[in-house]
Amino acid sequence: MSTTWATSPSELLLRAAARSAGRRRSLLRRRITLICGLAMLAVAILACTLAPLLTRYSPTAIDPAGILKPPLSPHHLLGTDQYGRDVLARILYGGRIDLAIAFGATSVTLVGGTVIGLAAGYIGGRVDSFLMRLVDLFFAFPFLVLIIAIVAMLGPGVFNMFVAIWMTSWVSYARIMRAQTVVAKKQQYVIAARALGYGRLRVMFRHILPNTAPAVLLFSMVDAVGNIILAASLGFLGLGAQAPAPEWGTMISDGQNYILSAWWLATLPGLAVVFVGVAFSLIGDGLADLLRAGER
Amino acid sequence: MSRFGWLPRRLLHLVIVVFGITLVTFFLLRLIPGDPALAILGSSYTHTRAVAIDRTLGLDRPIWSQYGLFMDRLLHGNLGFSFFYDEPATRVILAHVAPTLFLVVYSAVLAALVSFPLGFAAGLRRSGALDQATRVFFTLSFAMPGFWLGIILILIFSVHLSAFPISGFGNGFGGHLYSLFLPALTIALGFSTVLVRSLRAATIAALQAEFVDTAVMKGISWRMVLWRHVFRNAVLAVIAVYGVNLAYLIGGTVVVENVFSLPGLGTLLVNSVSDRDYPVVQGVTLLFAVLIVVINLLTDIGQAVLDPRVGQEIGT
Repeated sequence: MSTTWATSPSELLLRAAARSAGRRRSLLRRRITLICGLAMLAVAILACTLAPLLTRYSPTAIDPAGILKPPLSPHHLLGTDQYGRDVLARILYGGRIDLAIAFGATSVTLVGGTVIGLAAGYIGGRVDSFLMRLVDLFFAFPFLVLIIAIVAMLGPGVFNMFVAIWMTSWVSYARIMRAQTVVAKKQQYVIAARALGYGRLRVMFRHILPNTAPAVLLFSMVDAVGNIILAASLGFLGLGAQAPAPEWGTMISDGQNYILSAWWLATLPGLAVVFVGVAFSLIGDGLADLLRAGER
Repeated sequence: MSRFGWLPRRLLHLVIVVFGITLVTFFLLRLIPGDPALAILGSSYTHTRAVAIDRTLGLDRPIWSQYGLFMDRLLHGNLGFSFFYDEPATRVILAHVAPTLFLVVYSAVLAALVSFPLGFAAGLRRSGALDQATRVFFTLSFAMPGFWLGIILILIFSVHLSAFPISGFGNGFGGHLYSLFLPALTIALGFSTVLVRSLRAATIAALQAEFVDTAVMKGISWRMVLWRHVFRNAVLAVIAVYGVNLAYLIGGTVVVENVFSLPGLGTLLVNSVSDRDYPVVQGVTLLFAVLIVVINLLTDIGQAVLDPRVGQEIGT
């Protein structure tokens, strides 16, 4: 059934990116995109995990004598907030939550959705139609609204944010993987494997999966960007990380109250989100280029 | 097959989807850990009050009977009772619809105005300066949280230039247009990057099509070929993308409304979460989903009106 509502914008984006990825670019430039992305991500991960080595401030230590200092003040590179907490320390420690969502939420839905899509596409029949109707149903809701509604019922907090993403995000992977599997099933190597008498699981995971994994892997990069933004958005709305824990979204939300006097409070954490998001996008672009080069 | 022969089947499908949506919305309430009455009442919990709440929510019945009750109320336009506002949830929700609808339509129009010329121009001059610029902006804006972009726009246009208000819905049509400009622009910018890239790709594809060669050989002026053959075909190809993204954009309004403190459905949804006003959360979720279903149907109809080939495709 070819109804238009059956795709998410992220999938469209992925397709647009795949189409527009430079056909005429040299192998070196392709690699550069990938390497830049990986390097940026490595910087972000190292900076957040090694935060105690990079700053001597605690992200929650209050300093009434030094509130709202602008960036580049002595001792405070990125300034301080309304409680005198060091903004750099808060960004570094706060990134831990956002990066955890990017990896923790994305990896679980990647694996879960892939297995479900693989099973639906390979087994077919009633299992397939049931699972795909379920997927359609999830796509009928605006993603963010559904997530908020689930978090509303479970109660705001970081863990419930994970649960809400786990419950909903697998559908994109399942849809992509199912489409790939249905095509692969008719191809010679699968027919050959089945003719050799290999079991269902062996054909699915040893033959089809390695040949179809690139599509879902590429999508997971787009999805990771979406999850980072989602984590920050829920934090901003007060539904994710709770004060006084530092998190980029909650920092932006706090900073908005001081927008007239202290611009850096709301803008700087946002730059961190953009930095990590661009890193994942570049990795996705670079991977797409490399895989397509491999195809030719 | 007639042009709209697919419509009855599509409508039937729509009914099934709406039925599924009500199921999901109904089961949302089941996700509340522990006793919903306790969650709603909090410290003002007494046994009598809890029993009363259980009765209004229908929690004292078996689950299928609860769903029957939910559907029966829904068909009578009753979304339950808002304990926080002490009013029927339907009335609370309807009072917040206008700003959201205005914002959605406003940003959809803005996005079209921004992205159609840009996408078309980028497609005509491949790898030109404009094409490269939109590509960079595309990568950046995809990684940019909408609410943060909104705050940056507030910082530039409201704080420094004092050109637009920081928040609010304004009075009268002109006032709405003025007050909602920044929120609409925030949503439109996020929305238009996808549109620009898709229109660019569609323009490139249309330029390579044989009907363009034919038109040129017939001696039609290049400007006319661009307008009547390339642009029109490129726009046709992008309508589906526009529809999908419009549906996505509706989700985006939730966050942006909160940035600009607009009295719309998104702000209501988020406030109801902290107020534990479950019937309102359910109702808003349902309304958003139904809106998306309607938009998707309109997209399909729009495509079929503009391009007869699509009608046959949808029907298969």
